[in-house]
Amino acid sequence: MTDQSAFHAGLLSPTAPIPAGLTDGQNRPAGRRYGVYRNNVTVSLREALAEGFPSIVGLIGRENFDHLARAFLRQSPPGSPLMMHYGAEFPDFLATVEQLAPLPYLADVARIDVAMRQSYHAADSAGIDPADLQALDENTLLNSRFGFAPSMILVRSKWPIGSIWHYTLRQGPKPTGNGEDVLILRSEYDPEPVILGAAAADVVIALQSQTPFGSAIETADDRFDLAMLLNVLLSRNAITALNY
Amino acid sequence: MPDASHAFPALPSRPGVGYKPQHFTDILNDPSPVGWLEIHAENYMGDGGRPLAQLRALAERFPISVHGVGLSIGGEARLDPDHLARLKHLCDWLNPASFSEHLAWSTHDSHFLNDLLPLPYTDDTLTRVADHIDEVQSVLGRRMLLENPSSYLAFTESIWSETDFLAEIVRRTGCGLLLDVNNVFVSATNLDYSPQGYIDTYPLDAVGEIHLGGHDEDEDDHGAPLLIDSHGREVVDPVWALLDFTLDKSGPRPVLVEWDTDVPDWPVLADEARRAEAALTRALA
Repeated sequence: MTDQSAFHAGLLSPTAPIPAGLTDGQNRPAGRRYGVYRNNVTVSLREALAEGFPSIVGLIGRENFDHLARAFLRQSPPGSPLMMHYGAEFPDFLATVEQLAPLPYLADVARIDVAMRQSYHAADSAGIDPADLQALDENTLLNSRFGFAPSMILVRSKWPIGSIWHYTLRQGPKPTGNGEDVLILRSEYDPEPVILGAAAADVVIALQSQTPFGSAIETADDRFDLAMLLNVLLSRNAITALNY
Repeated sequence: MPDASHAFPALPSRPGVGYKPQHFTDILNDPSPVGWLEIHAENYMGDGGRPLAQLRALAERFPISVHGVGLSIGGEARLDPDHLARLKHLCDWLNPASFSEHLAWSTHDSHFLNDLLPLPYTDDTLTRVADHIDEVQSVLGRRMLLENPSSYLAFTESIWSETDFLAEIVRRTGCGLLLDVNNVFVSATNLDYSPQGYIDTYPLDAVGEIHLGGHDEDEDDHGAPLLIDSHGREVVDPVWALLDFTLDKSGPRPVLVEWDTDVPDWPVLADEARRAEAALTRALA
């Protein structure tokens, strides 16, 4: 075992013995001085998770969150120094925690938090002028493929995750009802979760995979509101290219 | 890309502060307390968005110091080539006035631990750190500054004093040093030596930047004082006195106030910067 393997082993394991060869500078065992590093690591990772998952903190309270975060960070410490990406697997972890079974929507709400952070750091892009779209004749429009902002991210769920997110963080109305698909959009620098109907989400996915506009909307059912979707996308600068 | 005509060749011997996004508007409205800003490199490695937009705007007005916290220069493993490439990308884009990193490690077995972990001072670790610094300077194409750590414990296998260790690294690599006087105060208190004695044996000629920050107070198992480098409060008077002691010997240098947790409103941080300015003025007198 190398020096750093031994030092590392005890950092994420509170019951591991304090590594040999560490002193207080006066030849006495380091004792709780080693615990300073253990504490720094745990607290800094826990704080990063709490900052990254405001909706989960809001839903279950800080104390419960800290408990879950500690368990997560011990089994999944960051794999890179880019803390902005840390916690991408936290939603999957939440889905495996037995005590959270009464809150089956929690993992999907956490996916909104992950997507919000990804969107915040995504590359900048410029939205098309809505007039460019309006200027197309019908045939050209139907054959067009759309380019989207890298900051646009779709999160789908069988739970009303958008309403839960807004209720928790933005004093929105109490969530009721069915599953919701949430489209994260970043007009300039502030990502915003917009709730879409399932039909609109299907269309967005089809457009993202470069299906021509006409084919993407063809399969949508009666509940699909094309004008609403285009308005959402254009007003948040989400469409960055029209290829025809 | 920042306008290259605004590139600043070096940090001025004035106060700087660790930049926090919540101070963006305040700093641009009242830049007078600070002559430069420092950013943590890893917070600006995203693809875009507000962080890079703010940095672009600040770089037009201020010399910027890029301070890495994740390179793990003291690590047993080789430096992460992906991370080094990200640093190079950031430095090439920004052309900062300074780049600095820590005498510490933070990555092991592909785990990043988000803390600055200590290493013993031996011939082997000296060679390893010097090799890593050679690699950093070669990849970035610039001289880097290396920061002394806050220590909470000592290694029985250490055979070098920290100041001799740093001086030898400077001699081997040609790097400069970032002298954190709060870290000196914290380590000296924790390991029971004289902070002034440390400064007396420290290679001050190599210092390109000085750090100041707040620390917390705790106790070890024997009731001895154990100071924790928290960057969460004002700099204490004995650390200001150590700054005066240092500047008296070194002459004016760029001095940075770090405040990373429980970050205060701008006026509080600006007051700390003004106090650093006063210390720099005294050093010139």
